[in-house]
Amino acid sequence: MEKTVHQTHPISTYLSIWLLLFVLSTFSYLVDFFQIEGNMRWFLILLFMFLKAGLIISVFMHMKWERMAIRGAILLPPLALLVFVALMVIESNYVSDTHASVFVPVTFVVESHN
Amino acid sequence: MSDRVQISEAVASGEGLQGMVADWSSDKDTFKNVPWGKAMMWVFLLSDTFIFGSFLIGYMSVRMSTVVPWPNPSEVFALNIGGTDFPLILIAIMTFILISSSGTMAMAVNYGYQRNRKRTAMLMFITAAFGLSFVGLQAFEWTKLIVEEGVRPWSNPMGAPQFGSIFFMITGFHGLHVSIGVIYLTIIGRKVLRGDYDRRDDYQSVEIAGLYWHFVDLVWVFIFAFFYLW
Repeated sequence: MEKTVHQTHPISTYLSIWLLLFVLSTFSYLVDFFQIEGNMRWFLILLFMFLKAGLIISVFMHMKWERMAIRGAILLPPLALLVFVALMVIESNYVSDTHASVFVPVTFVVESHN
Repeated sequence: MSDRVQISEAVASGEGLQGMVADWSSDKDTFKNVPWGKAMMWVFLLSDTFIFGSFLIGYMSVRMSTVVPWPNPSEVFALNIGGTDFPLILIAIMTFILISSSGTMAMAVNYGYQRNRKRTAMLMFITAAFGLSFVGLQAFEWTKLIVEEGVRPWSNPMGAPQFGSIFFMITGFHGLHVSIGVIYLTIIGRKVLRGDYDRRDDYQSVEIAGLYWHFVDLVWVFIFAFFYLW
């Protein structure tokens, strides 16, 4: 059975994931290097980010080989952060709209605090 | 194959929803085959996820609501090498260093399972050295930003004043994690080399330290995407 406390995987498993992470990081750097803008930029950044995060969690942190009980206990709770994100998006839009409608535009003055 | 056989197989292997329900309702330890130290490290990392998650959400909130343009990180973190400006090059190098350290750490854990004392210790020390160079580059980055660019937690010459506070808070907290990780890996690596885990015939401390280190790399993936690239 593959689910034992002492897992051994061939070293090539780690090396190939390592290589993949390198390639994905290069891609995300190239997004900035070639100044890709607009929706394509957000899409590519998020795509490479989630792919990298997935590889690290599933292979390097061995989540792939853990039982469902601990996978659920650790990976599901962070989804609550999405609710938090949604709430703060609403709040930030409100703050932003208030700024736009209430405050008179001012030129931002940079002060030196040395 | 009958349904009953399928269910009992799921229960034994902990696969799928049925396996999960069986593990949670087994009236025994829920996380089978997971040593308590590893389970507790995972719980700690979960709590850390919420800390970094809240930081990044705070960053999102100020960036969405500021009336002053946000400084362009691509230009702020550009480095002039031989007369050409490379956007974000220092951050890219730091990213590759951290990923390399994750690779060496994963191999250290693997050699730990194989009871290869010397290789495990060596790879852990290499990982710590990568971590140290990451912190060194970060110190260089902070110095450049503070001394040359005049970025402060309350103001900066490039735009929205929150840029400084967010930058120092998030990268500072992450750098602290890396620094603690370097110390942690050095301590565990020394124990490996000394043969502590061979005497105990138990290398799980290496795996637990590995979880922490991979998490530090994981957090950087999100910081890199949201703070530097966005």
